[in-house]
Amino acid sequence: MSEPVIKVLGLTKSYGEFLAVDDISFEVQAGEIFGLLGPNGAGKTTTLECLEALRLPDKGDIRIMGIDPVRSVRRLHNTIGVQLQTSGLPASMTVGEAMRFFAAYHGVAPRYDLLDRLGLKEKVGAQYHALSTGLQRRLALALALAHQPPILVMDEPTAGLDVPSRVELHELMNELRSSGITILMATHDMAEAEKMADRVAILLRGKIVATGTPRELTAAGSALTKVTVSTSKKSLLLPELALPGIQRQSQQDEYFICFTSDVGLTLKAILAYIEERDDAIIDLRVERPSLEERFLEITTEKVE
Amino acid sequence: MSAFASHFAFEFRTGLRDRPLLLMNYLFPLSFYVVVSLLMTQLNPTFRPSIIPTMVVFVALTSLILGLPNPLVSAREAGIFRSYRVNGIPALSVILIPALTTAMHTLIASLIITFTAPVLFHAPLPVNWGAFALFLVLTIFVTAGLGVLIGVISTSTRITILWSQLIFLPSIIIGGLMVPRSALIGALAKIGSLMPSTYSVQIYDTLANGAGLDAKTILSMMVLLVGGVLAFALASYLFSWDSQNTTRRGSAWLAVAVAVPFVIGMVLL
Repeated sequence: MSEPVIKVLGLTKSYGEFLAVDDISFEVQAGEIFGLLGPNGAGKTTTLECLEALRLPDKGDIRIMGIDPVRSVRRLHNTIGVQLQTSGLPASMTVGEAMRFFAAYHGVAPRYDLLDRLGLKEKVGAQYHALSTGLQRRLALALALAHQPPILVMDEPTAGLDVPSRVELHELMNELRSSGITILMATHDMAEAEKMADRVAILLRGKIVATGTPRELTAAGSALTKVTVSTSKKSLLLPELALPGIQRQSQQDEYFICFTSDVGLTLKAILAYIEERDDAIIDLRVERPSLEERFLEITTEKVE
Repeated sequence: MSAFASHFAFEFRTGLRDRPLLLMNYLFPLSFYVVVSLLMTQLNPTFRPSIIPTMVVFVALTSLILGLPNPLVSAREAGIFRSYRVNGIPALSVILIPALTTAMHTLIASLIITFTAPVLFHAPLPVNWGAFALFLVLTIFVTAGLGVLIGVISTSTRITILWSQLIFLPSIIIGGLMVPRSALIGALAKIGSLMPSTYSVQIYDTLANGAGLDAKTILSMMVLLVGGVLAFALASYLFSWDSQNTTRRGSAWLAVAVAVPFVIGMVLL
């Protein structure tokens, strides 16, 4: 495995008596999308702000491509692109001005191609206050990428975006990953993390409580697969039905719902049962546990 | 375009296209100049020699004391400085460039007044143009420093108004603008010496009118120079990027130290 591009070791940060980040450590490999997951107040933004040199850690060591954010702020800001959760631009600054302004401070030529790619071509002359939330976030992303940083840090990247904008942003994030850019994102959107992240760390009350790929994390949970079936004669809707592998079952809106520890065995038994009763399947769904379910499981365990 | 030039050009344009700033930089002070000069020259023709210094100081007070701090505070509150910081924009640029561009607007408005007052109101031009330039530079320098300092230490735009008015109103009333210092009773004249306008008017009344350099004028120049340097130094020291992140190098009350040269001036003048 290559040298990680982001290394965080024993990071601790408190605000007065409140311990926001408690001795956390993680590494991010080059070219991956790494997600910091957690509920509000878990310490995600504080962690990112320490990495972005917006806050001084109380303890711990951070290295971003070998750069210490505490000592080499200028080098850091030329190495990372940052899309903050809450930030802004002057109300009267136009999209084109913003690109020229930030590019000038990074010592690079303005990247108008990024504005085109992010659907801001027609808005080059529009002032910041006249842009919708979605367009403002796209502009923030274009500005974060203007100096072609190898690392992109995104805090709640899709917050406030409508569905088409989210899909577009996810496509762009995939493109960036393909081009070799490492992305570190903080999100409380489990579906987003499961879809986008190569690896995630779950933060709870300032501590990392689980790390791994979304698949590893979900597999480490109860490992029950959800099977939902609807048939024309409703032959499965019997309270006394007992099929192999099923741990628990219920009925809802003419659907038979069960959770199985052996999905192959259970499906085979369901299909045989339906065929024996000359019934026919209308709808059949097999769902592995989602990251969200696993997240809830972990957070409930830890809180208890 | 260099980062400085790009930033300067943007801030300069903002001073014209942002309505509240346009009002503070040009519309309000120039309207005030026309209306008050019209009235005062009708009521009191001896006001004519005071038009240029009074109105130039008034322009500096409106644009730099009333106009400059608010955008700094609202930019910090809106997270604009956070965006600047993560993109490597230095704190010094964030403080100095708005001060420089507002100073440019003040200079333009001041020159409009200086060159129209003789035509419109038969106001005498300064006798010593070098001294006039010194008066202009020192006045703009100290008010810019104070404006930036107010913008840096204010916790909200409402507090900004309080701090700004603390300088603006006394300057107008007892700072040698509306009433000459010589016409004020002793205690008021002393309190008026805490205002930078008192020293600006002193410099204009002597040097720009062709009189020689005296102790009072040297003191006035020193007070404005030291006051300006101190204001910028304190603003730079106390600057905070973020209203959510209260980490500051010192207490905002340190800003009160900017009054030291004015207090010394009050004792000595």
